[in-house]
Amino acid sequence: MKEWDVVCIVCPKGCRMKVTEENNDMKVSGNQCKRGLTYGVKEVTNPTRVITSTVKVNHPIHRRMPVVTKGAVPKGMMLDVMKEINLIELELPIMVGDMIIGDVLGTGINIVASRTIK
Amino acid sequence: MLDVIVIGTGISGSFVARELAKFDLNVMVLEKNNDISNETTMANSAIIHSGYDPVPGTNKAKYNVEGSRMYEQVCKELECEYKRVGSLTVAVDDEQVQTLYELEKRSVINDVPVSILTRDEALAMEPNLADATKAVLLAESAAIIYPWEVAIALMENAMDNGVTLKLNQEVIGIKKLDSGYKVITTNESFEAKLVINCAGVFADKIHNMIAKKTFEITPRRGQYFVLDTTVGNLVNHVIFPCPSTKGKGVLVTPTTHGNLLVGPTSEVIADKNGIQTTMDGLQYVREHANTIVKNIPYHKVIRSFAGLRPSSDLHDFIIEEAKDAKGFIDVAGIESPGLASAPAIAKEVIRLVKSRIELVNKVKFNPNRKAYTTFAHLNLEEKKEIIKKDKMYGQIICRCETVTEGEIVDCIRRNAGATTIKGVKKRVRPGMGRCQGGFCEPLVVEILARELGIDPMEVKYDSVGSNIFVEETKFNQEQIKELKAKGE
Amino acid sequence: MREYDTIIIGGGPAGLAAAVEIYNEGVTDILILERDIQLGGILQQCIHNGFGLHEFKEELTGPEYAQRFIDKVEELKIPYKINTMVLDITKEKEIHIMNSEDGYQILKAKTIVLAMGCRERTAGAISLPGTRPVGIITAGTAQYYLNMKGYLVGKKVFILGSGDIGLIMARRMTLEGATVLGVAEILPYSGGLTRNIVQCLHDFDIPLYLSHTVAKVKGKDRVEGLTLMEVDENRKPIKGTEQEFEVDALLLSVGLIPDNELSESADIDIHRRTNGPIVNEKMETNVEGIFACGNVLHVHDLVDFVSAESRRAGRGVVRYLNGEKTLSKGVETVNGQGVSYVVPQKLHVDQIEGKFAEVFLRTTDVYHDAKIVIKLDGKEIKTFKRPHLAPAEMEHLKINKELIDIDYGQLSVEVVEKEAN
Repeated sequence: MKEWDVVCIVCPKGCRMKVTEENNDMKVSGNQCKRGLTYGVKEVTNPTRVITSTVKVNHPIHRRMPVVTKGAVPKGMMLDVMKEINLIELELPIMVGDMIIGDVLGTGINIVASRTIK
Repeated sequence: MLDVIVIGTGISGSFVARELAKFDLNVMVLEKNNDISNETTMANSAIIHSGYDPVPGTNKAKYNVEGSRMYEQVCKELECEYKRVGSLTVAVDDEQVQTLYELEKRSVINDVPVSILTRDEALAMEPNLADATKAVLLAESAAIIYPWEVAIALMENAMDNGVTLKLNQEVIGIKKLDSGYKVITTNESFEAKLVINCAGVFADKIHNMIAKKTFEITPRRGQYFVLDTTVGNLVNHVIFPCPSTKGKGVLVTPTTHGNLLVGPTSEVIADKNGIQTTMDGLQYVREHANTIVKNIPYHKVIRSFAGLRPSSDLHDFIIEEAKDAKGFIDVAGIESPGLASAPAIAKEVIRLVKSRIELVNKVKFNPNRKAYTTFAHLNLEEKKEIIKKDKMYGQIICRCETVTEGEIVDCIRRNAGATTIKGVKKRVRPGMGRCQGGFCEPLVVEILARELGIDPMEVKYDSVGSNIFVEETKFNQEQIKELKAKGE
Repeated sequence: MREYDTIIIGGGPAGLAAAVEIYNEGVTDILILERDIQLGGILQQCIHNGFGLHEFKEELTGPEYAQRFIDKVEELKIPYKINTMVLDITKEKEIHIMNSEDGYQILKAKTIVLAMGCRERTAGAISLPGTRPVGIITAGTAQYYLNMKGYLVGKKVFILGSGDIGLIMARRMTLEGATVLGVAEILPYSGGLTRNIVQCLHDFDIPLYLSHTVAKVKGKDRVEGLTLMEVDENRKPIKGTEQEFEVDALLLSVGLIPDNELSESADIDIHRRTNGPIVNEKMETNVEGIFACGNVLHVHDLVDFVSAESRRAGRGVVRYLNGEKTLSKGVETVNGQGVSYVVPQKLHVDQIEGKFAEVFLRTTDVYHDAKIVIKLDGKEIKTFKRPHLAPAEMEHLKINKELIDIDYGQLSVEVVEKEAN
């Protein structure tokens, strides 16, 4: 039997959970809600993270546009995704939700603007 | 060849420069830092001692008494803050009461009026004096100033009257010429008939470049707390403990800008750049301040800092021509009460200069310098008026101290103007308040970059190596090209 | 002099939520005053995710969360002034404002909402020992430089204080190319949320040094290094535990302080523990018609709670304008054992909306298997079981108002830890 201690990061409660695997059967304990269940299993099989960063904007005052991955990317790819983000330069205006990078590095995840700057 | 080179832009160098500006002379001032008055003058108790207490007959007694009488006039001409708040020296036991009477005798010789108050009289004036207070000595002529404001104003006025200031010029050698000296700095050299050494804690080093060693300067560190303006009225006078052999001790005083200043320690240290605060030192300040003033709200501390006083092994001010270097004048060992003595010291320097070269009064000398417009001090009508004239006064940059963009731009554009964040802070106070620049520093960075025509990456907090930023994020065009070339 | 029905000071999450609520409740003569170049307040630089789970039932970044309120304000055409500083407020509800376009003006308001937010504790406030070179900077200012302007203040960074901004900045600086060598916390527990320790520190193998502090900063022009020391239970450094770190920046995340200098100028009573105004169930201060919400009232860890609190203040404004009168004298809330503060400080049962009185509190320490006990004039009326309590996590309690239906009295809130076995 395999066992992992996982702290849930889905919400600010931060439940301390135990994930166990026996005969391909994953069990989670210590979670206070259903989302912890999903997170616990995912964290030990295929951990992913939402990335937030900025991209360069060609504007004297608004020099950076905040962006976010819409959905989580594999944790191991965080620095590669950052490299892609660091290549971009934008012109204003940009609206919240505008696509900045589609399907980043084949993850199926889009990177979008997280605010509006007109 | 120049007539005079002044080395150092502390309070002594600045007073000397401005006195020299009154004559038809070619004067240059050399400063090793990128701003003037950035060392001892930047970190001290900011007090114009009345002069009742130095041992009669010493230089300290002579120049303190003379200097403190000159300050009000100078501050008027330069439109600098000067508040004659008076000082109270507190005795908390019978032995100290005796000391007060000794000091009273000294004050008669020094010709500075004082009076001794009973405990009740003292507490009526200052309710927050320590419970143990037995008697106090009141010196009504003691005052507080904003030391670097005065130094900067002096230098600005000196420059307005023709003096040249060179920043970033650290003196590394002095050579004797037939009719004067060659002063060599890290990047240039200058020749002058006379050299005035006002180099603070480094005055011995400068002296030894051209003359035989006759004194040694040891830095004595003083650590302080600054408290928020909301508690600046805890006391209304400068409150001194009874002096001991160790010096004037830890004092508590309001500042000209309404803060409360508590300190200093008095630590002899080896490092002439050793301006660290320490846990032990700050604890010492707390403990000793509490012996003379009660209810000091240390949770209202907004900053702690340390400064160095240049103490000489001769234990008195050294204001004289070096015996073996004619025309090389030392202004050294200017520890407390150096700030109070500086105007009189500068007059003495002029007497020494006069014995070497002819002095002709400058006909066009203008003794006046305009203060920055302190927006916060204007009345409602004046505020409305100035914004109408200049929109930049309508933009608040520092909310804690209510400093506008107009004031900041003014202090950058003037003679002896600011080129760094700290330079701006010294002159017009953004970042001096309770948030310590958390909100306004980014805005001051932008104003400095714009006014100086530099990239924000080049903006410095203080000294030459103190750029605020170390790197810009994201790839630049060149890096992107490189990446593409590598096929990434 | 033009008199507004309500003037809201601060266009951050608190001010915007209050404005929208006031508008929706039928009062439209509103003016929002914002000193920054844009609305949204501190959320604009909090580009990380984790906002909105309560408010929108989805996870948003700070700017996205702010954008929803900004869009609403624009849609409702609620007037606002940016680049505008409030210089003074009087208890007669005169507001002195200034900007470079309109100059200096005095406005009058029937009601005021204080929503000025908070500021960071500084190196000065904690008397950090050592030199004062560049590179010692509060985490929030470093965050502004990084997220709004695109500059790193250091490449080898240490963080003092484990507040959430510090933790978030550890991750942000790492992702943007800096190395974070560690986070020190003087207390034996973290000042930030557990999820942030996991995703901001553990994810990047950044060590968290609990019961440690920075005993000395070194460096002449720029920070060159620091000495880290373990502290004893009195928070005094223990000799012999020195560890040296070579760094070029030290970020400080050592606490937030509600920004109440303006409130004090209007004679508003400030609570010693929260550092914010003393308020009642409507978030109304001791000066009738002046309300407070958000981080100016007490420092929150979740913006969702700020929005809810600000709507409550907004409804309070409308009820005040409608002439509603408070009949009861009010129940005073007090901190008992283990509680550092309770907000609101006063509850008038006749004025409470709905069935429940809502109170927020923070504990003084970390507790396990504890219960929060509510007593009315010394008599226990309600307990709440809590498996885990920590100062970093604000607690939210709902107390049936029938339980406290008296004219005046004292409601104490205390923590009782379960006895060991």
